[in-house]
Amino acid sequence: MALKMVKGSIDRMFDKNLQDLVRGIRNHKEDEAKYISQCIDEIKQELKQDNIAVKANAVCKLTYLQMLGYDISWAAFNVVEVMSAPKFTFKRIGYLAASQCFHEGTDVIMLTTNQIRKDLSSPSQYDTGVALTGLSCFVTPDLARDLANDIMTLMSHTKPYIRKKAVLIMYKVFLKYPESLRPAFPRLKEKLEDPDPGVQSAAVNVICELARRNPKNYLSLAPLFFKLMTSSTNNWVLIKIIKLFGALTPLEPRLGKKLIEPLTNLIHSTSAMSLLYECVNTVIAVLISLSSGMPNHSASIQLCVQKLRILIEDSDQNLKYLGLLAMSKILRTHPKSVQAHKDLVLQCLDDKDESIRLRALDLLYGMVSKKNLMEIVKKLMMHVDKAEGTAYRDELLTKIIDICSQSNYQHITNFEWYISILVELTRLEGTRHGHLIAAQMLDVAIRVKAIRRFAVSQMSALLDSAHLVASSTQRNGICEVLYAAAWICGEFSEHLQEPQRTLEAMLRPRVTTLPGHIQAVYVQNVVKLYAAILQQKEQAGDSQAAQEATQLLVERLPQFVQSADLEVQERASCILQLVKHVQKLQAKDMPVAEEVSALFAGELNPVAPKAQKKVPVPEGLDLDAWINEPLSDSESEDEAPKAIFHDEEQRPAKQRPPEADEQELARRREARKQEQANNPFYIKSSPSPQKRYQDTPGVDHIPVVQIDLSVPLKVPGMPMSDQYVKLEEERRHQQRLEKDRKRKKKRERERRGTRRHSSLHTESDEDIAPAQRVDIVTEEMPENALPSDEDDKDPNDPYKALDIDLDKPLADSEKLPVQKHRNAETSKSPEKEDVPIVEKKSKKPKKKEKKHKEKERGRGKKEAAGKGEDLDFWLSTTPPAAAPAPKPSKHKKKKHKKDKEERPKDKKKSRKKASREGAAEPVENGALDEEPLPPMSSYCLLAENSYIKMTYDVQGSLQEDSRVTVSMVLENQSSSFLKSMELNVLDSLNARLARPEGSSVHDGVPVPFQLPPGISNEAQFVFTIQSIVMAQKLKGTLSFIAKNDEGSTHEKLDFKLHFPCTSYLITTPCYSDAFAKLLESGDLSMSSIKVDGISMSFQNLLAKICFHHHFSVVERVDSCASMYSRSIQGHHVCLLVKKGEKSVSVDGKCNDATLLSNLLEEMKGTLAQC
Amino acid sequence: MIQAILVFNNHGKPRLVRFYQRFPEEIQQQIVRETFHLVLKRDDNICNFLEGGSLIGGSDYKLIYRHYATLYFVFCVDSSESELGILDLIQVFVETLDKCFENVCELDLIFHMDKVHYILQEVVMGGMVLETNMNEIVAQIEAQNRLEKSEGGLSAAPARAVSAVKNINLPEMPRNINIGDLNIKVPNLSQFV
Repeated sequence: MALKMVKGSIDRMFDKNLQDLVRGIRNHKEDEAKYISQCIDEIKQELKQDNIAVKANAVCKLTYLQMLGYDISWAAFNVVEVMSAPKFTFKRIGYLAASQCFHEGTDVIMLTTNQIRKDLSSPSQYDTGVALTGLSCFVTPDLARDLANDIMTLMSHTKPYIRKKAVLIMYKVFLKYPESLRPAFPRLKEKLEDPDPGVQSAAVNVICELARRNPKNYLSLAPLFFKLMTSSTNNWVLIKIIKLFGALTPLEPRLGKKLIEPLTNLIHSTSAMSLLYECVNTVIAVLISLSSGMPNHSASIQLCVQKLRILIEDSDQNLKYLGLLAMSKILRTHPKSVQAHKDLVLQCLDDKDESIRLRALDLLYGMVSKKNLMEIVKKLMMHVDKAEGTAYRDELLTKIIDICSQSNYQHITNFEWYISILVELTRLEGTRHGHLIAAQMLDVAIRVKAIRRFAVSQMSALLDSAHLVASSTQRNGICEVLYAAAWICGEFSEHLQEPQRTLEAMLRPRVTTLPGHIQAVYVQNVVKLYAAILQQKEQAGDSQAAQEATQLLVERLPQFVQSADLEVQERASCILQLVKHVQKLQAKDMPVAEEVSALFAGELNPVAPKAQKKVPVPEGLDLDAWINEPLSDSESEDEAPKAIFHDEEQRPAKQRPPEADEQELARRREARKQEQANNPFYIKSSPSPQKRYQDTPGVDHIPVVQIDLSVPLKVPGMPMSDQYVKLEEERRHQQRLEKDRKRKKKRERERRGTRRHSSLHTESDEDIAPAQRVDIVTEEMPENALPSDEDDKDPNDPYKALDIDLDKPLADSEKLPVQKHRNAETSKSPEKEDVPIVEKKSKKPKKKEKKHKEKERGRGKKEAAGKGEDLDFWLSTTPPAAAPAPKPSKHKKKKHKKDKEERPKDKKKSRKKASREGAAEPVENGALDEEPLPPMSSYCLLAENSYIKMTYDVQGSLQEDSRVTVSMVLENQSSSFLKSMELNVLDSLNARLARPEGSSVHDGVPVPFQLPPGISNEAQFVFTIQSIVMAQKLKGTLSFIAKNDEGSTHEKLDFKLHFPCTSYLITTPCYSDAFAKLLESGDLSMSSIKVDGISMSFQNLLAKICFHHHFSVVERVDSCASMYSRSIQGHHVCLLVKKGEKSVSVDGKCNDATLLSNLLEEMKGTLAQC
Repeated sequence: MIQAILVFNNHGKPRLVRFYQRFPEEIQQQIVRETFHLVLKRDDNICNFLEGGSLIGGSDYKLIYRHYATLYFVFCVDSSESELGILDLIQVFVETLDKCFENVCELDLIFHMDKVHYILQEVVMGGMVLETNMNEIVAQIEAQNRLEKSEGGLSAAPARAVSAVKNINLPEMPRNINIGDLNIKVPNLSQFV
């Protein structure tokens, strides 16, 4: 053996270690791949050796090679070997390699379960830590199921280092094994209040991650998080919580109201930009969810916008970027407040940083109005010219189009201007967005009837200069605009000034170099144009010209017939034949124009993109049913076209069964209009108030309205959009003048209805009347279109499985699987000595688990009923938001206290609900209350001086034996700033303050916050108690530095902490049968007291005992009640409370006589006050 | 959640690749390359956020990076992380490296990739932020190093001697990325901890 060891280390001398490998690779720059493959061969040899150090070294090198892109999955088994090495050094290497290369498909993972379990329960915290870290990267559903229970146990490990890792990894376990979420959740929740900030932060992290996916299940945690938010000073935790609230508020607007104030305070007080930014973000989310519910929310918006402006003006580009990002969120709901900062946004457009420019562009989208649209677009056009990268230029282009076309062209007052902008954009070289421009041209030309004439003139000019646009067809997307131009010229050919010229332009040989689909449109529209020319010429009696046109077509069309594109070829040859036929007829001097134009009769209306989907299935039609049993396929063909085309609106009406008479039709039309009005996808015909006057009957068939002739219609050549800006200004100016004149004359303005009345002198958005009276044709929808819109949720969402109701009590079946020990597995392995440990470790937690679960179950029942109300109640305690808040700090404190006071009351409420079910029967597990309870607070005064007031409450904690938590509310009563607060207590033999590791008994515990004047905050301290049968008193001191304008002084406040026996009790519910058994068992000693002169109702009396002494009511019959509680060390305490005329007697039974008598003494004190 | 942490140098050579979601090795390399090209284009004085590449993440993801001398530290995170928080976290990570390696430079990362991983494991675990307090992180790292030392370490004495001999013909490698210029525009540093 020894020889082998020596041999091993000699071998090692010649092995490369990681550094040698790296060095080698660096020295073999030319033949790196060859060198590495050589190294891999060496590694393979090393892996075959028995020496674990050699193996570990090899695996370490493999990890490096993995980073360089080499697949190392072939060594997975060796990785497992190294993972199971006893030494931490090797184990760490193994787990690192595993975390880099293992995944769900790695089959050796199933071999690791026991090894990981062993490491998790290792006495060395670093073995455990390394295993947890590794596991977090490669946990599979199987591992998660098998190890969930072990990890859950680790969540209560004594070392915070392990606790925080265990808490974090639970998220991964939940993802892989969703069944574990409910059993593990109570403990996870406890960890939110862990004394270690790291663990707390981990728990917050996990819950935030869970809640982000399924926020509604975590609403009930809001009060807890609220408390954390107001007490925590860890910015990481705060940010997470604040982000979480951002996700919760949309579900519960009341929560938002409650949040506004503390968030605003944070915004004012914090110096951390990250926190400030998240606060602003969440406030925005709140404001969005509230929409207009808050009377004073404009102040909050102003605050946000103002803070964001500071961020945007900062020289740090990161802040600038985030500021713009957040601003765009406000923009969605409160555009007005953002618009005030237009200057800033426009300034950002000039920024050297592209990300910032893009953000600014996003913002611009929402900032445009009728008034500034032209100006903003002009500025953007300038940027288009300047822009260097095509990517940014393309972005600008799409933004310009987005901005102009948003909400159905709402902001465009002059469509001629818009068309000329589009035409200008076509001169952009190398853009990918030709189709976008084309779509816009088509859309505008089709839907804005008044603009057609102008559009046609522009498009024909474009066709004429097509050679410019299509110069480099292949890589140039801009030629797409020719598609639109050709179609517009063809479809609206009646508006063409010189149709022949356009016809010629469209038939140039050069056209054949265009992409196929564009040529096809050319061919089709050439005929439309031709039809128009024929008509025109024949009417004019100029048959010569008509024949010339025919001749032109016959000559030029063959070039398309030869096209490689099938569509073009087919259309061209078809049309060629047609034209040849026409030629023959023309030769016989027959009029053909009528017939040719009949080919293109009728008008094309825009159809909404979703129209097809929205066709409702008529009543009584079962699409899946066979019409005839399938014999031959051809029979059902008749039906097909009806489903595919919806060309004209009248047609479906005609096809209706005859009983659809006029009235019915009218009714349906009404219904449809109603539906359209409510349908967000239906583009309304008159979006802006100016157009409302057109909303008279027959929306679809408004005749084309005349054009205001203040703009010359025929613009020779290509117009510059700039001139429109000038014209528009003039026009508006004139309009204003005219309006003023009119106002003076006061003449029948209303009847004319051309200008809206406005008493304001300044030009507001609404005052600007459009240059053309524009009829924006709606996109057509089928009759009775279905308003519904299917949710497109991804069915494969891995987070969906975690959508679990966490408030339901745990069922018996919901347990984490616990490993059962099998001897066979470990019979002769070298790990023999470890086996008992594994067994013990896995059994112990099981027991604990059960206990824990029982508790949970009992509690769960009660909470389930009360949870909903609980939250409601918590939320409803907000003072009305309008309440004046001149002293926000005071206000906050009050609320804080109120929360505390009312919580117990709330508990009663929930019980009440539970008990109502068994109306007349004796009440179980709940105190019935018919009358409102007086407010109760368990906080009592600890000490007070001119600087500070201390109140405290002692609570036993469930998770740790013999520990109590003292919650201390510190209130700054002075005008000084209190800081460096430190609390120290003189430990007694029986009670000790839990101090941070490494500090001596004389060290104080720092209070984790500072107190500005008037502010109160709560700190928690943990005490360890040995014997709980007696009340305890501890002397202590709070030292702090008070700082004001004159300077700072060191101050002290002495206090005496009193731990009554009551504080060791934990409210624990108990069922009557269990209670009876307990009493029968006879292990309990008994004692009793009697108090006279009590006037309070029995109801309130019980409530008081429950609240102040942590009891729960087991059963109540008339004026007699049995109550139960448990101490933190597991003593059972049973009470029988009877009320006489003016007296109350309490009989108690408990495991410990001293404890009982002390408890009864304390209770006597309480009752005496009643 | 953090989806990936990438460290590479000015030439795109990976120095640390840590994915918290499974990608095959070749895709990992592609992502590194793509990310490198994305950040390379950017000046040092523009913002440190990038809306994701095509391979990793999606609209919900952001690349948040910092550039220190010859190294880029890139975190790919989703919207549940605070952007400024992650910037601070990168700073914490780099400062921790600086403490653990005593004036960290690229060479430290090249030759001690494993150690860098161990340090990272104390900062981020399974894609979630584990610890942000630098003192705590350093304390845990040191404790683990002590533990390793007490076990004799991976490379026992003889191997070290050999390695020293091998070191002799080492080409000149300037330790050039002294972290001295660490505080390039980090105004919001040290608000944490």
